[in-house]
Amino acid sequence: MKIEIRNGRLIDPKHGIDRTATLFVAAGKVAAIGEAPAGWNANRTIDAAGLVVGPGLIDLSARLREPGFEYKATLESEMEAAVAGGVTSLACPPDTDPPLDEPGLVEMLKHRARSLNKAHVYPVGALSMGLRGEALTEMGELAEAGCVAFSHADQPLADTQLLYRAMQYAATFGYRVWLRPQDAHIGKGGVAHDGEVATRLGLPAVPASAETIALATIIALARETGVRVHLCRLSTADGVAMMRAAKKDGLAVTCDVAAHHLHLCDVDIGWFNAQCHLVPPLRGTRDRAALCAGLADGTIDLVCSDHTPVDDDGKQVPFGESEPGATGLELLLPLTLKWAAGEKVALPAALARITAQPAAILGLDAGHLAVGQAADVCIFDPAAHWVVEPQALRSQGKNTPFLGLEVPGRVRYTLVSGQIVFEH
Amino acid sequence: MRNPQLNADGGLTHLLTLEGLPADVIRQILDTAIPFTSIAMRDVKKVPLLRGKAVFNLFFENSTRTRTTFEIAAKRLSADVINLNIGASSTSKGETLLDTVDNLVAMNADMFVVRHAQSGAPHLIAAHLNRTGRNHVHVVNAGDGRHAHPTQGLLDLFTIRHYKRDFRNLTVAIVGDVLHSRVARSLIHGLTTVGTPEVRAIGPQTLLPTALQALGVRVFNDMREGLKGCDVIVMLRLQSERMRGALLPSAGEFFKHYGLTPDKLAMAKPDAIVMHPGPMNRGVEIDSAVADGERSVILPQVTFGIAVRMAVLSIVAGN
Repeated sequence: MKIEIRNGRLIDPKHGIDRTATLFVAAGKVAAIGEAPAGWNANRTIDAAGLVVGPGLIDLSARLREPGFEYKATLESEMEAAVAGGVTSLACPPDTDPPLDEPGLVEMLKHRARSLNKAHVYPVGALSMGLRGEALTEMGELAEAGCVAFSHADQPLADTQLLYRAMQYAATFGYRVWLRPQDAHIGKGGVAHDGEVATRLGLPAVPASAETIALATIIALARETGVRVHLCRLSTADGVAMMRAAKKDGLAVTCDVAAHHLHLCDVDIGWFNAQCHLVPPLRGTRDRAALCAGLADGTIDLVCSDHTPVDDDGKQVPFGESEPGATGLELLLPLTLKWAAGEKVALPAALARITAQPAAILGLDAGHLAVGQAADVCIFDPAAHWVVEPQALRSQGKNTPFLGLEVPGRVRYTLVSGQIVFEH
Repeated sequence: MRNPQLNADGGLTHLLTLEGLPADVIRQILDTAIPFTSIAMRDVKKVPLLRGKAVFNLFFENSTRTRTTFEIAAKRLSADVINLNIGASSTSKGETLLDTVDNLVAMNADMFVVRHAQSGAPHLIAAHLNRTGRNHVHVVNAGDGRHAHPTQGLLDLFTIRHYKRDFRNLTVAIVGDVLHSRVARSLIHGLTTVGTPEVRAIGPQTLLPTALQALGVRVFNDMREGLKGCDVIVMLRLQSERMRGALLPSAGEFFKHYGLTPDKLAMAKPDAIVMHPGPMNRGVEIDSAVADGERSVILPQVTFGIAVRMAVLSIVAGN
């Protein structure tokens, strides 16, 4: 199918393109930019006047809830949500049920995702069997089945000896390790940041040191093993400072922040709003400011949605009993645009953090629009605002702290491998 | 954000926490309790204020003492009281908290007195009732997790006002496990709201929440230092679980540093009063000589508690 996308503001952060130009798509790839290829005859023309035409978004963490949690969401609903949010590639964490610790499960997930013909799905394998932190998984087998990295999701990894060995093993074969820095013991049972809000509300708390201690451990082990490690979901100002120092030291570490943590802090819990029960917890205003600045100055490499659909039963309960997590695939673009406006970051740089940067962490040649590249495209209206309501979301997860709020950025078309998979 | 406890006219429609309650609402409750103290002295200990109203005691956490005082208070107001033993009921069959509430509202409950192990449970119930258009059903928090025990805070304020008259001259110390205490949190909010100039918390670092200063509290780890010049000493109960959680080595060591003995009491003002929300652990946080001594107002607290709860129920039901 030949598609011509005209009059749009073409932004390709990786190649430094930011100009009005026509994008030509054919046979699933980018055929040309600017000038039509010889003998061009479009089957479909899209008028992208007033819209941004950019690479499809890449989300480094989206829980699709399959296998095992189909009552919360299914691949069908979540892939709809992904492309509605302009996300054309996503990585899903291994904390499914059963966890992604066997090649058969990974293959099945990839097969299911492929058959839906929507976004590309990149499973992240479990670092240990059952995510129990006792024995290594067959990383070689899992990598062959399609795992792009290995992580421990949100499960504690108390055994530092095992962590060390896992990193050494991964380093041997060049596998990537993604870790969320959280000490297994400090702050155990905590549901909110250890600060004024948790004190007032009488909620069990997670101190900032739970993150910084784990970060120090991981950084030290990364230095020793040389493994490529990516730190997931930074939440503290001190954590950002530690990453800045580690990078300055020349260590090959990268990190990300969840979109929600750029905008919310513990005060937003208000009167026990369980929609604000997240992992890691929403921290103080000083932490939020440091995360925003860290993403702007490159200390934090990218934003992800950390999409976690939770059904009503999981949220309409007392805060301490509620399931943590927020729906995010359809909010990744709006929340990134909102952050950029606040930090006065230009649109191309903002988009880089949800396209080229995540692609680099994944080790994929994606997140850009060079000629010959698979045509994964997101066409959106940066000026259109919309209200976050359950009806407006295609995800089965309607759990969001932004309910009733207006956000910027409306996706109009999403193309995956040259096919229009979403139109609004 | 609108205070979920007040209706559009600023009247108290739920009592969930003392935090954020205007000072005159607190004073109104204390003043309303005064005539109720004399009802206990009468032959016929009843007034018809809540006649025909159904008050459901929804206790998800065990409590004989608080439930009994709420039951007495409601019955003295002529209300019908239904006690729900939640452990044996539907929640053990997997029914959610809100489903339980909906079922009871369908049985025409007018008021829920709720105690729950989770901070925020009464707020969840009140928000659910407001959102589903049932604002004629009231919620009174009888203690939620570590968060709040507003009626205890009010009866503590009532007791202090009874013996000391003016909050604005007082130094009040709260001693013990503040970290896990809803009684402490409510009292702190209550005291600061009515203008108490110095509120102190005394305890080891393991038992004091991180951000206590932000609540307007002066923190002491040394009990003798902390008691100097105090007008009111409130002792908190120490639960045995604290030893298991590595928060304390032993009850004996706790008593040595933070137990209220006659010689530690001597550091406070000569006419200082000693309070305790109960039940007491004699020899752990308080010496018997002090608990039974002439400065102790622990038993009057219990009596005042019934009058204060009668005031709360009658005010909330009237809004």
